[in-house]
Amino acid sequence: MTPDELAALNKSSHDAKWWLGKVGTIVGMAFIVIYCLLPFYWMLISSFRLPTMGQSTDYWPSPASIENYTGVFSEQNNFLRAILNSVVISVTTTVLTLIFGIVGAYALARLRFAAKGLVLSLIIGASMFPGVTLLVPLFKMFTGTYDWFPNWLNTYQAAIIPSLSFGLPLAVWNLTAFFRQLPVELEQAAMVDGCTPGEAFRKVILPLAAPGVFTTAILTFIAVWNEYMIALSFLQSRDMKTATVALSQFTGNLGYNIPYGSIMAAGVITTIPLLILVLFFQRRIVAGLTAGGVK
Amino acid sequence: MAVTTAERAATPTKRRKNAFSDGQGTLAAILLSPTLLVMFIVTGIPIVMSVTESFFRKNDGIDPVTGAVKSGTDFVGIQNFTDIFAHPATVAGVFGSMDRLINAFLNTTVFTIVCVILETILGVIMALIMAKAFRGRGIVRASILVPWAIPTIVSAMMWKLIFNTSGVANKVLGLADNPILWLADNKYSQWAIITADVWKTAPFIGLLTLAGLQTIPAEVYEAAKVDGANAWQTFTKITLPMVKPALVVAVLFRTLDTLRMFDLPYGMIGPNKYSVETLSMFAYQEAQQTRYGQAAAYSIFLFFYIVLVAFLFVKLLGADVIGDEELRAVNAQRKRMKELHKKQAKATKAVRTTITSGGSAS
Repeated sequence: MTPDELAALNKSSHDAKWWLGKVGTIVGMAFIVIYCLLPFYWMLISSFRLPTMGQSTDYWPSPASIENYTGVFSEQNNFLRAILNSVVISVTTTVLTLIFGIVGAYALARLRFAAKGLVLSLIIGASMFPGVTLLVPLFKMFTGTYDWFPNWLNTYQAAIIPSLSFGLPLAVWNLTAFFRQLPVELEQAAMVDGCTPGEAFRKVILPLAAPGVFTTAILTFIAVWNEYMIALSFLQSRDMKTATVALSQFTGNLGYNIPYGSIMAAGVITTIPLLILVLFFQRRIVAGLTAGGVK
Repeated sequence: MAVTTAERAATPTKRRKNAFSDGQGTLAAILLSPTLLVMFIVTGIPIVMSVTESFFRKNDGIDPVTGAVKSGTDFVGIQNFTDIFAHPATVAGVFGSMDRLINAFLNTTVFTIVCVILETILGVIMALIMAKAFRGRGIVRASILVPWAIPTIVSAMMWKLIFNTSGVANKVLGLADNPILWLADNKYSQWAIITADVWKTAPFIGLLTLAGLQTIPAEVYEAAKVDGANAWQTFTKITLPMVKPALVVAVLFRTLDTLRMFDLPYGMIGPNKYSVETLSMFAYQEAQQTRYGQAAAYSIFLFFYIVLVAFLFVKLLGADVIGDEELRAVNAQRKRMKELHKKQAKATKAVRTTITSGGSAS
């Protein structure tokens, strides 16, 4: 091979078209990052302005201040309590959905039975169900309209039980996808070694499925944490509101003046736990979203 | 004699009553019963109650006979549904004056169609860019998850600030002196909602599409290159068809999600704003006014709308929502057997006809 030919070969891999593609990709990626983060940036800098400058359109907070953040936790806004309520509801719902979901999903992934198609359709159908259709009768029921049902307004169970209606299908769906990925030979080997099917599940499958269970837990937690309509309906008292409801109802000192500064600060505080989860577990979350294909 | 041959041919194809059952039905029932029981309590019972409720209506106004304020509920049959035409409660939205339910239906439909189309186009473009990238994919993926992770109500408040009359949207668009009232009750408020929704969910479609793109083997692209396909041909003839299953499911889920949209218009513009009122918001408002009958009727209407759209997706676009390979294989086998049986039945029938015609002739 002559040096000329070698030069030609080297050149062909870095010609104008190649550079154009490279630059195009970088520009495109920059576009995606800016598109996704720019509105969030606005929320972030708006939260660091002075409370009186909530609607300022400066691209940088001047002067920067954390007054909004201290204001969020003031007596008037009671936001710490709201976060606590959100944590209680999200964690309880997540734990409940996992307890019920793991067993059911295992049956759906492994066993062969006649009604499998029907059960899968029911579960996917339930996850597509409009929340408001469930809410209307529950609204009547939980607000003490009937003599036979206790007034559940402003109780945790009034938010947790309806949340199961979208949390459980989501969990079952994701877990089924994860259990399917584990080879069935694992249990068979365990049973050859003398395990009962129950032991094989507990000692072999469950530890191996732990990443999947964990991902499902994160996805369910995020879904419940972000829930708004149910919490808005059933948790109305000052001490029972969840974070999402509380921040949407912040009132300024002067009636009509919407306190954007503290709302944005509360929004950042509500989002931060989720962002930390997302940044640490992004691979798992993406895998969970694409495997389940839900939401 | 022809009949007996057909029968004999059919006998070996006789199979177990259900190809699914492995005799594990009881175990499956035990394992699934807690899940199904919970689902029945939290979903099944409310549905039944909702359907029942939709045939009743709360009495309001003053009784013409006694002069007292009416109370209790009356059975009104399907009047909650027919009143849309008989006694329309006219409101003025973006699409002119019409019944409030029809207005909400139109808003919901327009939001869904516009949002889903824009999200899909943007999402596919994002996926194509990400598939090309070798470096920095982690940063892009992390940032793409940010809009997805932000609670919808937080994003609603965020966009409310951005679209404020003296806000940054008008400033960036150079309209600071002559601002658009994005958050007032008008057609611009619809576009404000659409912008906020597309921002939050286009990255999600991009993510799911990227997962579909990554399953396409590189050999297919190489083969296309050898055959002299240009970039557009490669995209329409290879990329799109192969990514279609993943994309259709993503679009289906987004469509159903947008049909029940509530948080975003409620947080950004507020309740009782007819330009942006969706079916979910309307039903919710009626329940707030303790008009449970009407609220239930409208929410059932939304439910059927969603079922119809989901059905069309599965039938027309072939969305494989369930994605269970075993189920798919057995269904395909069932279909083949059905066709085979049909063919055999046809053959039998043809034979019988000749016999009867022979009989009648004699």
